[in-house]
Amino acid sequence: MNKNKEQLLNKRYRAERRFRLYGQSAIFMALLFLTIFIFKIFSTGYSAFQKTWLIVPVNFDAEMMMIDQNPSKEDLQDADYYDIALKSMADLDQNANDDQKNQLKRMVSYFFEKEIKNEILNNPSLIGKTKEVYLTASDDLDQVFKGNYPRDLPEDQRRVSDYQLKIFDQLVAKGKVESKFNISFFTYADSREAELAGIASSFMGSIFSILVCLMIAFPVAVLAAIYLEEFAPKNRFTDFIEVNINNLAAVPSIVFGLLGLGVLLAIFHLPRSTPLVGGITLSLMTLPTIIIAARASLKAVPPSIREAALAMGASRMQTTMHHTVPLSMPGTLSGTIIGLAQALGETAPLILIGMVAFVNTIPGSPMDPAASLPVQIYIWAESAERGFVEKVSACIMVLLGFLIIMNLFAQIIRHKFEKKWS
Amino acid sequence: MNLILFTFIVLLGFTSYYFGRRKAYTIQSTKKRLTALPQFYGYYLAIWCAIPAFIIFSLWAIFEPTIVKLLVLSDYSNQGYLDDELNLIYEKTKSLSRGQFTGEITPFIEASAEKYLSLRSIAQSSKAVIVLSIIIASVAYAYKRISSNSRTREPVEKFLNAVLFTASLAAILTTVGIVFSLIFQTIDFFKVIPLFDFVFGTHWYPAKAFVRDSSEALDPTMYSDTFGAVPIFAGTFFIALIAMCVAIPIGLMSGIYLAEYASSKVRQYAKPLIEILAGIPTVVYGFFAALTVGPFLKELGTSMGLEVSAESALAAGGVMGIMIIPFISSLSDDVITSVPQSLRDGSYAMGATKSETIKRVIFPAALPGIVGSILLGVSRAIGETMIVVMASGLAANLTFNPLESTSTITAQIVVILIGDQAFGDPKTQAAFALGMSLFLVTLCLNIVALRVVKKYREKYE
Repeated sequence: MNKNKEQLLNKRYRAERRFRLYGQSAIFMALLFLTIFIFKIFSTGYSAFQKTWLIVPVNFDAEMMMIDQNPSKEDLQDADYYDIALKSMADLDQNANDDQKNQLKRMVSYFFEKEIKNEILNNPSLIGKTKEVYLTASDDLDQVFKGNYPRDLPEDQRRVSDYQLKIFDQLVAKGKVESKFNISFFTYADSREAELAGIASSFMGSIFSILVCLMIAFPVAVLAAIYLEEFAPKNRFTDFIEVNINNLAAVPSIVFGLLGLGVLLAIFHLPRSTPLVGGITLSLMTLPTIIIAARASLKAVPPSIREAALAMGASRMQTTMHHTVPLSMPGTLSGTIIGLAQALGETAPLILIGMVAFVNTIPGSPMDPAASLPVQIYIWAESAERGFVEKVSACIMVLLGFLIIMNLFAQIIRHKFEKKWS
Repeated sequence: MNLILFTFIVLLGFTSYYFGRRKAYTIQSTKKRLTALPQFYGYYLAIWCAIPAFIIFSLWAIFEPTIVKLLVLSDYSNQGYLDDELNLIYEKTKSLSRGQFTGEITPFIEASAEKYLSLRSIAQSSKAVIVLSIIIASVAYAYKRISSNSRTREPVEKFLNAVLFTASLAAILTTVGIVFSLIFQTIDFFKVIPLFDFVFGTHWYPAKAFVRDSSEALDPTMYSDTFGAVPIFAGTFFIALIAMCVAIPIGLMSGIYLAEYASSKVRQYAKPLIEILAGIPTVVYGFFAALTVGPFLKELGTSMGLEVSAESALAAGGVMGIMIIPFISSLSDDVITSVPQSLRDGSYAMGATKSETIKRVIFPAALPGIVGSILLGVSRAIGETMIVVMASGLAANLTFNPLESTSTITAQIVVILIGDQAFGDPKTQAAFALGMSLFLVTLCLNIVALRVVKKYREKYE
């Protein structure tokens, strides 16, 4: 009998330990996913911050550039750089035939002409001399240099030919291949060529959309929250508004995209693909989030504050505007930042309003067509070229960086400025 | 021009604020008692200055283009032009007047461009005159009111109250906008495709419904067997089911562990770390699913002799489940913490172990709240777009094999609407019909879930 009891007890304790283990492993699993996730993004993305350059000697021959020995600035602007650019690439291998010359040309990006031009615009005294110029390597060679390219594939299955690899290896052996920090990733707009693609256009698109979103959503949401929390009579209508807000917060984001498409574009004829429309759509999406945060922080202001102000003869509007609202601001602001961070990561609604168009210029205003960072991730992820994989991861790193900064900022505001009432 | 007028109104508003306040000080200096603080006199004047002007200004901005268009096109009436042709003529006129027209310039269009320009300039100058005279009239009226030291605080506060009320209508307007944008396209869609075919049809090939020539009559038989939504409804629920199979056990167990077992230190770090998962943009999950999980599953399947599609429902659903973990864990954590301590104490007093207390007492007590959090998670899974678009297939197969690719409502909306859309085409309208069904399903889930959670909270508060 006694033994039975002990067995039963042991069994129950084992069940207890098992249950506890389930809990621990669930947390462990969740954290494991997070770690794998971040590790994967960083390990594929970090190499995009390096860019491979070929150092190629260029002979700035005045005759081939079709200018005289002492050209003016305009002459240099209009000079013909294609021939010398082509010749410098062809000169990498003296015995190259026409097909091989063509292959040599394709070892660098199609910006090579522009890069040579910039070199001489910065230093016009180079005319007639030979100088080594840094040229952006094609994205396949970039991947080869970073070790991401399967070199052992049969030649007809890869985009780099054996000949290009041979010349490239010679250059590497001579120390004429260099890897430097990839500034153009941050300053160039999107491009079809992975080696020239940058996030500048989508970054500006994101900034403009978020600004438009902030300018619309913040005032409207704060005013609405003040009304609902401080002035609204308790009746069916305000209940209805409240149910509405809670439901809107849980409506799938793509439905807001349909709203933007069906109302903003089809009825109001706002310009397609622009951060303006994107920002308005996102603001409708963030509105409920900010209203809920602002109401919560208004609710947290103790009634004694209001009572004191009212007792001193302030009107209800004065009490609210001079005391309650300023005291609730830290909570409202951190809620707003979190709402904006959500909007910054949103993709689907922006795709529907046409912000997936290929944009190779940097937008200067919210009325110019643009992409946004998450949409850029989507566009690049759908591209087949190998060079875009690391670009996607790098773009994700930039986006996550922004989200982390915004969330930290929200935390700081909350902890530093929020009054603790006790 | 508009910008100048706009700035001008704003500037005038500020000036009238100072005039109003100064008037209050002069009244005060005559030893009369003011009826409100001086700044209310300022606000009063500023509101009277700016608001009527802005109302006229925006009404003008709304109606001017329509009226100008009507007047310009009145030359072409009774000539048997179709609406589309008239619109085209008007567009040509506008671009010609901006000097950007590149086509053949006919005398007709030249004449109407001239008319357009003169109408525009008349409209601009009359707008400026009318707005300015409105400002003068209303400021004069308001100034007279405050000179007699009548009430200013009450009207100003009433106005502010009205502004606050209007802002609170934004949420309703958004909902109305959503319904409005969905409903007309959906109705048009069902005029061509019978509701029965949409709800019970098993073939979904929107690519078949190529963009038709708008001059041709619509032939409904062309679309038979094209818009049967069963495969995508099934795919949506199937992927959501896979996601919940991942999210419910992990989310619920971590919620329970955090609420009942974890020391405050573990809780302090683990909770925000898990919540990071909710803050990662979905497009990032989509990339992760497509680049890492999909190929991994394919390789794993091949090594076990299974045929796994690179874009399998399992990859999309599994990653979606990871995304939903924090929603369920946070909500169930909250719900479990709000179960009164007395229930636990009672159970411990009867000799129950911690896990027995959780399983037999706390879990049943918290069940409504947990169900609510799971329903919210399901609604997220159904509405999730990017993961499916990037990681699962875009072809709608009617399958319940997690290793094959399926498609969802959201993914189909994106597939149809990416790129240029032709409004009035059944294919575009189909996307809106799908959006409508998505909206309705998630709305029902949300209402039920929110109500359940709210009822539950009230029970223990």
